[in-house]
Amino acid sequence: MKARVHVTLKNGVLDPQGKAVHHALQGLGFAGVEDVRQGKFIEIELEGTDVEKARSDVKEMCEKLLANTVIENYDIDIVA
Amino acid sequence: MKAAVIVFPGSNCDRDVQVALQKRMGTAPHMVWHRETDLPKTDLIVLPGGFSYGDYLRCGAMAANSPIMRAVVAAAKAGTPVLGICNGFQILIESGLLPGALMRNRDLKFICKDVTMRVETTDTIFTSHYNNGEVITIPVAHHDGNYFADNETVKRLEGDGRVVLRYSDAEGNITDDANINGSVNNIAGIVDEERRIFGLMPHPERVIEPLHRGTHGAYMFDSLLEALA
Repeated sequence: MKARVHVTLKNGVLDPQGKAVHHALQGLGFAGVEDVRQGKFIEIELEGTDVEKARSDVKEMCEKLLANTVIENYDIDIVA
Repeated sequence: MKAAVIVFPGSNCDRDVQVALQKRMGTAPHMVWHRETDLPKTDLIVLPGGFSYGDYLRCGAMAANSPIMRAVVAAAKAGTPVLGICNGFQILIESGLLPGALMRNRDLKFICKDVTMRVETTDTIFTSHYNNGEVITIPVAHHDGNYFADNETVKRLEGDGRVVLRYSDAEGNITDDANINGSVNNIAGIVDEERRIFGLMPHPERVIEPLHRGTHGAYMFDSLLEALA
């Protein structure tokens, strides 16, 4: 089983890297870009087939290490 | 008075702080490798600057989970003072000993230069040898020093006088121009509720003798020596 975790900055937390990327995209002529937020994508290989257990394990991983919940949200996707 | 300096793979200010502690306190500190699970008997724990674990995931995140940190957290909770400098500040935050987060600098640049800051409180064991409101110059060298916390936390820090250092201009004015990295309220260093755990982005160990162009960092070690001797 595979878990895919997206870690993103919370709304209201300034994202200077996203801003810089936005600026660069505008510089390249992509005029329609309204905002850019940058985050992390983490892929985790898991043993077993219990999707609910996997979800709760990965949630704990996010709380303890993968995300800094002061500034970041996380989103978990379990893929069979 | 015997200190312990925790050394992580990627620490690079451990030797500087070792020399500073020895020079100002007269005793060589223990150097403790991150794989240790027990601390020697110590009056002060120092988490030095550097790039522990290559700043993987988030600055300080891996170090906060290394074996020795369990002992550090336990000792800190039992009252042993902890000084976290730069990456050490990031590790203190990642281990939950100090609140908030240290984000990428506002202008995305790695900032390495002498910086002026104002001493906001002398009511700590780390700053008793300064004067309230004194402007001091200490170098910084970091990419992720942009202090952030939610409004509630910032209000609590300010209300309890736990903001110890604030980036200022040379006259001591707290301005946006003087805010080198975009930190909330120009915060450069904070203490915990018990005022025994201090995290700061500047490097006091780099200005302890005239050869360093300044001695403003030395008083921090002198304060500690007086409090802990």
